[in-house]
Amino acid sequence: MARYTGFHAPNRTLAIYAAVFAFVLYLPILFIPIFSFNSGVYVKFPLEGFTLQWYVDLFNREPLKAAFWNSVKIAATVSLLSTVIAVPAALAIARYRMPGKAPAVSFMMLPLVLPGLIMGVALLGLLNRLGVTLSLVTVTIGHMVICLPYAISVLLPRFVGFNRSLEEASADLGEPPLRTFWRVTLPCNYPGILACMLMTFTISFDEYFMAFFLSGPKSTLPMYIWGQLRFPQDFPSLLALSTLILLFSFALIFTSLRLSKVGQTAQTGAQK
Amino acid sequence: MISVRNVCKSFGRVQAVQDVSLEIQAGEFFSLLGASGSGKTTLLRMIAGFEAVTSGQILIDGQEMQDLPPHLRPINMVFQNYAIFPHLNVQDNIAYGLQRLGIAKAEQTRMVGEMLEMIALPGYGTRKSSQLSGGQMQRVALARALILKPKVLLLDEPLGALDKQLREQMQLELRGLQQRLGITFILVTHDQEEALTLSDRVAVMANGAVIQVDTPAGLYNRPANRQVAGFVGTMNFFEASLQSDGPSVSAATAGLGRLPLKLDPKRYGKSMLVAIRPEDFTIHASPVKGGVAGRIAARQYLGGRQVLYVEVEGRASPVAVAAPANRTGDPWAGAEGQPVWLTWPADAMTLLDPD
Repeated sequence: MARYTGFHAPNRTLAIYAAVFAFVLYLPILFIPIFSFNSGVYVKFPLEGFTLQWYVDLFNREPLKAAFWNSVKIAATVSLLSTVIAVPAALAIARYRMPGKAPAVSFMMLPLVLPGLIMGVALLGLLNRLGVTLSLVTVTIGHMVICLPYAISVLLPRFVGFNRSLEEASADLGEPPLRTFWRVTLPCNYPGILACMLMTFTISFDEYFMAFFLSGPKSTLPMYIWGQLRFPQDFPSLLALSTLILLFSFALIFTSLRLSKVGQTAQTGAQK
Repeated sequence: MISVRNVCKSFGRVQAVQDVSLEIQAGEFFSLLGASGSGKTTLLRMIAGFEAVTSGQILIDGQEMQDLPPHLRPINMVFQNYAIFPHLNVQDNIAYGLQRLGIAKAEQTRMVGEMLEMIALPGYGTRKSSQLSGGQMQRVALARALILKPKVLLLDEPLGALDKQLREQMQLELRGLQQRLGITFILVTHDQEEALTLSDRVAVMANGAVIQVDTPAGLYNRPANRQVAGFVGTMNFFEASLQSDGPSVSAATAGLGRLPLKLDPKRYGKSMLVAIRPEDFTIHASPVKGGVAGRIAARQYLGGRQVLYVEVEGRASPVAVAAPANRTGDPWAGAEGQPVWLTWPADAMTLLDPD
């Protein structure tokens, strides 16, 4: 009979399950980097040879560079604006009791689960009606709609967990509300706010549907990728590009998750 | 100096503070004592400005405060969880309130140094706040408030989070600090010992109302009602009905028999409570004249003293009796079950309304 190792001992069955789960989840994604280093044009085994040519090739594509910078510009704007808008909104939700708050908040979170297709069509219809010319600006607006609920859902738990007596202490020591916000609320919550900016940047950078419906002549990086899929000889380059985007997104999301954790432990440490 | 006049506070239908009036003198150490939910913290937060009064006035040196936001009141506070800013180090925490006063950097540094000296943490200026122990955070919170030289310092259960030894040490330090600085301190606590130790005067609160304001000795020796008598120290209550036989008045008491009263009962025939402190009883191992017979049901040994629980006829719960305990020959060791006789002086009895 196996020796009893205690109630909180690691559970081997669960560990194996978790490993299998992660493997199945990431297996398809794993093919992308593997084939991006393959010298053959077609995605098939056996691999032919190791090459970096697809990566080098990326730097010679002017339209790709343009699309990349478009995406960066949009993502940076969306990240900044949606965070600036979401901070007071999340603060208000965390702080104040108001009638109908719960349904109102659920309503604000709705774009999280609405299909991007529907949101895209709806916004396109609206902007057409208003006579707005489609451009990168309209893509930015579309991304804001998607990112705001994400931003609020990242910030809300931070603000709910925020020790309000810190703000009371600031007021007590003579600081008016806005200065208290500047000297206490913002610096104490910067990890959450930074996490929010990284998260929204990633979402906007990778988004396709809104960009597809709302862009004018200029395209974003995901649109460029979709467009290039028609040409089989370009496919390995796309794999290389996708690998880079994957790494970049992973890094951002990982940092963002780490940030929210780091800040939270520092916060509770001060409350003991 | 601080006048609280007919202050009420309601949260929806809940009356948290009901018609409280207090006059607190300059330089006084004043405590608000009560169980949780008694309204003491709400009252303190109204004085600080974190809660608006529903009605009534709060004046400091004759100036109305109740409509001012907290940052405009000449009051500073030590919070229950200290509320030390986690993103600032010790000296920046202490200097926090100086910034908007436009004091020069060098002068700020000098003032912070002085404060660190005062709270006995010299050299701690550059420590991170996360590296402080509970007692140190408490001192930093004090320094951060006192550097602004407030007229009034509010303390919300400041010692609640500390362990017993540190708490007793901090009590002495707080009292010493207050006497040295001469600032008015208003302390909120649920710990009656703390209130008695620290305060010049104590307001006992229950159900949102102040039920007695007195000096610590006054509260202990002359409780105005049953709640105060029960809350401050330990008290034995005996149900009694007052009877008049000729010129004298006596009380038929459950457990203590018929007692002649020297007190001046205003209402004959009424049921009242006779209250006697545990330490006012004398306990005898052999029968004495006028002594009430009983039996030791239990003994609670507390080191330097002990409490004997004596069962007497006619009273459901045993009477708490304090007895000394010392190293040389404790007469009550193993005395459970032993018959005893209780006596007490007539002036040890307090007559109280039963409700």
